[in-house]
Amino acid sequence: MQTQAYRSDGELVELAKAGDLSAFETLVTRYENRIWSLAKQLVQHDEDAADVVQDAFLTALEHLHELRDGERFGAWLKQIAARLAYRVLEKRRRMPIQSLETLLGEGTEEDDPIPHPELVADWRDSPETLLQRSETMRIIEQVLSELPEKYRAVFWLRDVEQLSTRETAEALGISEANVKVRLLRARLMLREKLTRIFGADAPQLLAAE
Amino acid sequence: MKCEQLLRILGDYIDGEIDPEMCELFERHMAQCPRCQVVVDTMRKTIALYRDGELVFEMPVQFRERLHQAIRQRWQEKFGSSNT
Repeated sequence: MQTQAYRSDGELVELAKAGDLSAFETLVTRYENRIWSLAKQLVQHDEDAADVVQDAFLTALEHLHELRDGERFGAWLKQIAARLAYRVLEKRRRMPIQSLETLLGEGTEEDDPIPHPELVADWRDSPETLLQRSETMRIIEQVLSELPEKYRAVFWLRDVEQLSTRETAEALGISEANVKVRLLRARLMLREKLTRIFGADAPQLLAAE
Repeated sequence: MKCEQLLRILGDYIDGEIDPEMCELFERHMAQCPRCQVVVDTMRKTIALYRDGELVFEMPVQFRERLHQAIRQRWQEKFGSSNT
């Protein structure tokens, strides 16, 4: 399998289409952690996330011949995984215990007021500098996990996985307008929380590892 | 343009999906509003942290093994014995 590792996604897809299992397994190895991360962010549960990852790769295997441009394998796979993760969330929503927030999650929210930024302060450091510190990863992961599910899902697909607005809307089964509104709210919430930690006037929380 | 209106189109502005006329209004407001400048700047930094931070978690080994096993099994069902 190692010998395939240097090949591009497009080459591997073509080989896999021709029946080369090791080429497909190389793609799996290349993307499994990324798809796991996506699934984990969306469903927030290990077993469910593992099922999503497995179903995503099996779906990709079944439909590989439909993928014309093999270089798009990553984006295509992310969309498949996001759709499967969303199905898990929908199933959970139908369960008897559900919060009002989740119930309201499906509505149109374009006209809801956008929360105003409360803490407005420059950050002490640039993102590049912050990313050189190991605790930054822990902080951004923690802060993201505090977002409501519907905002976290959109933010992850758009800003981390870099899917387009349309791809995100299709995967989550919501309108493009809702993607934009949720993304804006997610970014505002994260900005607020991170400014409390990284802002120039914020207490030095970073020092307390 | 007021801060409130600016907030509504902030996402489009940051993603470069705003129409040129709105963009000009947006930037004219920003030039006179340090508060909005900071909001835009810190929001860009927020996005950059997540985009460049490459938050990738490692799939636990038991799930990974199960995944590869399931794939090999499905492959065999679909294509017969492995031909690698």
